[in-house]
Order: sequence, then C-alpha cells, then structure tokens
Amino acid sequence: MKQLIELKVNGEVYEVAIESHRTLLEVLRESLGFVGTKRGCDEGTCGACTVLVNGKPILSCLMLATDAIGAEIETIEGQAITGKPSPLQKAFVDYGAIQCGFCSPGMILSAKALLRENPKPTEREIKEAISGNLCRCTGYIKIVEAIKVAAESNV
Amino acid sequence: MGNEYSVVGKRLPRIDAHGKALGQMQYIEDIVLPRMLCGKILRSPLPHAKILNIDTSKAERLPGVKGIVTGKGIPRKTYGIVPKAHDEYALAIDKVRYIGDDVAAVAAVDEDTAEEALSLIKVDYEPLPAVFDPEEAIKPGAPLIHEEYGSNISAKILKNFGDIDKGFAEADYVREDRFYHQAVNHAPLEPHGAIALYDARGKFTVWSSTQIPFFMRRNLAKTLDVPESDVRVIKPTVGGGFGQKLDLFAKDFGAAWLARQTGRPVKIIYNREEVFTCTRQRHPMVIYVKTGIKKDGTIVAQHCRIYADGGAYNSTAPLIITLSAYFMMIPYMIRNLRFEGHHVYTNKPVGGAMRGHGIPQVRFGCESSLDMLAEEAGIDPVALRLKNALRANEPHPAQYKIYTCGLSEAIEKTAESMQWKDRYGKLPKGHGIGIAASAYPSGLNNMSHIGAGAIVKIQQDDGSVTLLSGAADIGQGAESMLAQIAAEVLGVTLQEMRVLAADTELTPLDSGTFGSGVTFRAGNAARLAALDARKQIADVVADKLEVSPDDLVFRDKRVFVQGSSDKGMSWNEAIKAVQYADKPMPIVGRGFYHVDAVEPTTLLTQEGNFSPAYSFMAQGAEVKVDLETGQVKVLKVTAGHDCGFALNPISVEGQLEGSVAGGAGQAIYEDIDWDEGRIRNTNFLDYKMLTSLEMPDVENIEVITNDPYGPFGAKEAGEGTIIPTAACITNAVYNATGVRIKELPITPEKILKGLEELKAKAAAKA
Ligand code: FES
Ligand code: FES
Repeated sequence: MKQLIELKVNGEVYEVAIESHRTLLEVLRESLGFVGTKRGCDEGTCGACTVLVNGKPILSCLMLATDAIGAEIETIEGQAITGKPSPLQKAFVDYGAIQCGFCSPGMILSAKALLRENPKPTEREIKEAISGNLCRCTGYIKIVEAIKVAAESNV
Repeated sequence: MGNEYSVVGKRLPRIDAHGKALGQMQYIEDIVLPRMLCGKILRSPLPHAKILNIDTSKAERLPGVKGIVTGKGIPRKTYGIVPKAHDEYALAIDKVRYIGDDVAAVAAVDEDTAEEALSLIKVDYEPLPAVFDPEEAIKPGAPLIHEEYGSNISAKILKNFGDIDKGFAEADYVREDRFYHQAVNHAPLEPHGAIALYDARGKFTVWSSTQIPFFMRRNLAKTLDVPESDVRVIKPTVGGGFGQKLDLFAKDFGAAWLARQTGRPVKIIYNREEVFTCTRQRHPMVIYVKTGIKKDGTIVAQHCRIYADGGAYNSTAPLIITLSAYFMMIPYMIRNLRFEGHHVYTNKPVGGAMRGHGIPQVRFGCESSLDMLAEEAGIDPVALRLKNALRANEPHPAQYKIYTCGLSEAIEKTAESMQWKDRYGKLPKGHGIGIAASAYPSGLNNMSHIGAGAIVKIQQDDGSVTLLSGAADIGQGAESMLAQIAAEVLGVTLQEMRVLAADTELTPLDSGTFGSGVTFRAGNAARLAALDARKQIADVVADKLEVSPDDLVFRDKRVFVQGSSDKGMSWNEAIKAVQYADKPMPIVGRGFYHVDAVEPTTLLTQEGNFSPAYSFMAQGAEVKVDLETGQVKVLKVTAGHDCGFALNPISVEGQLEGSVAGGAGQAIYEDIDWDEGRIRNTNFLDYKMLTSLEMPDVENIEVITNDPYGPFGAKEAGEGTIIPTAACITNAVYNATGVRIKELPITPEKILKGLEELKAKAAAKA
C-alpha cells in the first residue's frame, strides 16, 4: 500500500507516493531524483547519505521518509545558489578536499551543520563533526583544511 | 622549476571537483534508463560444493520477474585479468568455490521482487571438503579447488639473482623470520555496479564502475561469447577503486546477459556486504624472509618465500607474485637474491590487485627484517637503508634501468625532518619512531596492453579543447592530470579543457588504471596528441607571422614569437586563423605512447626492465603506544617522495595523505576476520578503517628528480606511497615498546602479549 506524503526538500514541497517502509535515502534518490545524496552502505555506517533534517545531519539511509514529513530537508543539490558553489563547496574544490567525490556531499552537509552551530570550530571539533563520514581517498587532511578555510571566510 | 610552466606543477583545482562538490556527477547508481530492471545475484552459502541442480521454476513464476540466468545457460568461457590465468566463469558452472560465489542472476521490475526471486531459486549442492589456509592448501591430500591444475598452487615464480649461498656465507649477521600480512578490503566508498542495454542491432552498451574499460570489454565479449565490437563499455564517474574495480564481476556479465534476455536495460548494484565478500581483497600473505648483512650494513643476500592466499580464483595471480618478486630487487641493491612465490587457491573470497599490489606485504617483511638486523649489528636503521639505497643509472642485478632515483634524498630528508638522530632510541617508553622505504613502477613494461592513445580535438570557436583518453579516473585525478598536460602543451588554461574518458567506442585504446601507469602512458599520449595539434596550429600562425613554427611559444592563451611576446596572437585568433586558412577542421591531434624507452621483459622468466620509471618513497612514523591498554596511536607520518615531478602538487599530496590513511589503517585496524571461509566483518562497524579522528599528521617532502621519459618529468604518484606506511609504523611500534609485530595488524592484544613476554624474559634473566 502506497501512501501519499509531502516532503520539503531544499525549500520546495514535493508530493510523492511511497510505501511506508521506504527510507528517506530511497525516496530522495529514487522517487525525487536527488541522486547527489550517496549510498555507500545503506546501513548507517559510512555517512555518504548524510542530509540535513531541520538543520541536523542525519543518515538518510536510517530514517524513514515518513519521519521526515513536515521537516526541512537539505541535500547537496540545495547548497549551490543558482549554480554557484557555496563557500563551503568552493573551499572543498580549492583545497583539494575532493578526490573520488563519493563522500563529498555527505561531508559538505556535515560540515555545514557544524558551521551553522559553531561558526568558529577548533580543528578537533571539525574532526569530531565529520568523524561519522568515511572517506577512503583523502585521508581527511584536506577536508579538515577546507572546512577551516570556509569557517575563517565566515560562511 | 616553478615558473617554467603555467599549468603543470600548479596547485589547481581538479576539473571535476565542482561537479562533485555540487552533487552533479553521475556515478553508476545515479544513472537511470527508461524501463530499467533491477538485477540481483544469487550467491553460494557454502565454501566448496558441487552444484547438482538449480531449479528456477518458482522464481520464474513470481510476477515481476523478467529474466533469470544460471551457470548452466552460459558459454563455458573463463575470464580473468592475466590472459594465461583465466579460471573464473561469469556464473559458477559445476561447482562453487567460496561463500559468496556467483550462482545465478535475476532481473525483475524492482529490488524487492528481485530479492524475493533469489529466495525462490532452489540450488542443490553437494558439499565438498574445503581448505582455508594457504599453507594447508598446498599439503598433499588437500581438497583441490580447481581440479584441472592438479594442485592448489595456481602460479609459481622462482627468481635467482647472483649467488645466494655465497652471499649468505659472506654475511656477518643473518636472520630468518616468518611474517603474515592480513587480508584487507579496498573499501571504495562507492559500491560496484553495472547497467547494460542491448539494442536492436545486437550491440551491448555497458556502463560499469570499472578501472579498465578495455579489459572490461574484452572480458565481457569473451564471457558473452560475442565479438568485442559488439560491446561498448562506458565508464561513469567512479567513486574510488584502489584496484578492486579492475576485474569483471557477475554484475557486469549478469546485467549484459539479462538485458539481452529481457530486451530491457538492467542495473545491478552491489551492497556493501557484496563489496566485502564478492569482489576482491588484498591478498593475505605468508612471507618468509631471510636476510644477511655485513658488519658495515651491506645487504649481501636475501631469500624470500611467499604464499599469497588467492582465494577461490586467480584474478591477477601470476602478476601479484611477480610484483612481490621484482620489488625485492628495489629499492635496495641486493646482489644475491632468491625469491620463491606461490599463489595458492583457498575456499575464500578472491584476492586481487590492491594499491601496491603484492608489494606492501613483502616490504613489510623485508623492512622489518632490516630493522631487526640493524639492531643486532648495532647499526642505525636510517644508516642501514642509506648504505643500501639504489642509485640512478647504476648497473642493476635484475637489469632494471633506473634513470632517476631520489631514494637517498628521500630517506635523508625524512630522517632530518623527524630529527631522527636526536630522537631515535631516546624517546620515553611507549613513544617511538621508525622508518621504511619502497619503490613503485610507473606502469609495467611487460603486459600485452602497454600502450595508450589520446586524441586532442579543437573545433569550438571559443577555442576549447577536448581530450579523448581511454584512461580511467577513479578518483585519483587522472582526468585533471591529463588536462593539465594537454593545456600546458597548448598554452591554454584548464578552463578550456574538457576530458572525455573513457568510452571504448569513442576513446582510444588504453590499459586503464592499473599498475600506476596512467601518468606515464596516458600522460605521455596526451602530451603527444597536444603536440600534434599544436604543430598544426603553429604551421598556420608561423605563416601569418612569417616566422618559423619552431620559434613560436604557446602559453597563457597566447601564441607568440619566442623572445618578443607582443608579436603574436591570442589562442582564439590562432584557432580562427587555422579555420580561415581553409585547413581541415576540427583540428585533431593524435598521440600514442608505447613503452619503448627501455628493453621489454617477460613476466616470469628472464631479467629485464620492469617499468619505464620507478618512483621512490621513504616514510617515517611517530607512534605512541599505551603500555596499559596496548592501543597504538600514529601521531605523524613523514614522507619523502620522489614522483619525478608533481604535475599537480595538491593531487599528489592528496594521494599521499590518502595512502597514509590506508596504510595506517592496515597497520593498526583493518583485518578481514574469517570463520571457515565466511567473512565475519562485512560492514564498516566491524571492519574498522581510519576516521578523521585517528588520522595522523602527514608531512610531505617532495623530492624532484625530473624523469627524462615521464611527461614533464613525472613518474607514478600515489600508489607506491601506501607501501612503506604499515612497515614504518611496525618499526616505530618496536622502537616504542620492544615488541616486534610479525603479523599485521598491530592489535592491542598483540602488544600486550608482547609486553608480557618481554617481562617474562627479563624476569627469567634476573
Ligand atoms: S549509506 Fe547511509 S550511512 Fe552509509
Ligand atoms: S573522496 Fe573518495 S571517499 Fe572521500
């Protein structure tokens, strides 16, 4: 049995018919086409599927889509303003924080949530904030640096 | 060096970074085709069994199921990476050889239906005795995993250089040890996937998360039993590979077969458990190393015997043991060496190429052996390595041609930066430093597939340049590196560059991301293609300016006369000039690079030059070990790195930092945990890798050697750097605790046990 729900993603409301056991990740990717949200494990262990729900980073593979009804959902697609990268995205690009890029959407959203709460984080706080986001390519150093730079440039 | 170039050697953002930051790049799972079906693979629950019968009738009747294929219905065609070692069917025929072996593929309207269909397929197995340990598997009477070989040793190599007996006779210190390097998963963050389409003309188009589109095409054509020209392979954006995405997998074959069977596109994406179990892993390896040195530290002989646990199939079998052998001969001068390599079948998941491919294992053994001997002989580990470090253009016992070698400089600078002299052996208990070194090839001279082509196409009136290359960017930055090379030659910026890579229908032949040959092969091909295009433009511009084409400089979007920069024109004017001169458009530059700088060799038999160039790396680790809990913390890795010339320093640093993360993970955490052939830890909770919190500091010390044959002097960067990491951490842990770890990973239990033993020994002495 499908259920018609409304989800608010990046400020726009979408109506979508889903089975109640669908995760937010599935609905974002498969029903709404927000494929920038990545699936690295589908079991809550890699962080690639991180999106913001009411400003908090959550693992969308662990959240039922129905639990996000009425919430503000932010995905990577909503970060660039009219195609222009956000300062955080720009710092990721400029400081070499992106290699294969599969972790990047989740990393950027985790970083965004951090900077919103704590605009001047210490290096330790940055590392803690992204410790649930695995990256197999970069060794995290350039990611931490990019977040630091974005924080300094006052996002 | 810096100002000689405008684009190469610069810290430029990668050309695909914006798209990735914005979530716009299409990875395999992001691609959706109309009426696409979802495919799934049925897997063996047993480590070794005969397949007596497969009954798919119930599954076929399930509404929504559109196609099923089992081993019974497919051509008896084996595939693999190394032509002479093909031993794997796309789906198991007759028997299964490990838990997870591919048994059937199903296509259905959605994932739930496909999964239900798998549960309805009934397979009758006759269990066979299984063997899980390589040293058990080679004993007489062990169950045979591939009967046709008559033994579980599927590949063997014996290499002799010099006179090993004489060498050991001359040695003042000799020791022999057994080491074990555990199995490691590549764990690219993106799981593997494939999508296939079969069209009305009988042609397949397959999108695959592959590192080698042309190998994929070859293996697909072989297993499907169709001509290669019927298969087109397109590589989308790939989310990491590290060697794991070299091979064909059941998902590629299954998607293609079922697309033809159903007449609809089929997509198969592996889940994380399948990535752990059913793709590839770093070969677990038993390593016996005997080393002899003289009092002054000269290595006089080394004997190494290895058993690489290949799991159920060959994949790269002859190649991995060959790499292990050849990289005993480098980075040090060893005049007398004997190497015995065995690739052994076991009923376990399959070993394959992984960053460093066979070398991290042997170098862990050798670098540990050297440190132990250094201690016995009372020689400083840094001094020992410097004493034996290879030098450029020295005659080499295996006939390597080493044109550039920054090893000594890398060791010296690493030691200096670590304040080695002041700190080694002088730090408080629990705090230590250690060093190790390695080398890595820049592609192999001895594979059938060692050439690469490139095409540079300039037609747009905005002067933009398209580079077509068969090289595969899997996240390491290959496309950006190639774009930088072509842009430098043409005197344009990265803004003008587009790279199309890779599509077997459109892009020239290339051996893909394999053996770290991309920079050398594809990089040189891109350089030559750009030179070819440049020449065509230069001829026209020179005519106009009434100068010789050789006097023209292409730089910063201008074409001008050497020495008088105002005499010239903009890049766009130059392109227009070609157009108005009625020259054929588009301008097409063609480049082909084949390793010809050196004598080729064969894999298994003779001496010869292994690679057109070798990168060198020395790494030093600083660790703290909690003597109460046995926990190891890697504080810092200092890395001296000779990659010839860094085409993009940010990318080279990023590769180094990533390999330190991988190498440190392999040193202290990563370990595939087995239970009778079943992997216990198939997720990231139980298979622990480094997170941002455990990542050590990394200091990158660039050693520039400018290889004469590398594009702009560049050599391999980013694969070899993973090799010394675990070895130097092990040496540092010994320095900190006195505990010599011979079996990776370095767990707290092993440290505590080692400390206990030391205590007991000390007590016995007292
Ligand atoms: S996909 Fe959600 S945590 Fe990995
Ligand atoms: S860039 Fe590849 S996983 Fe982070």
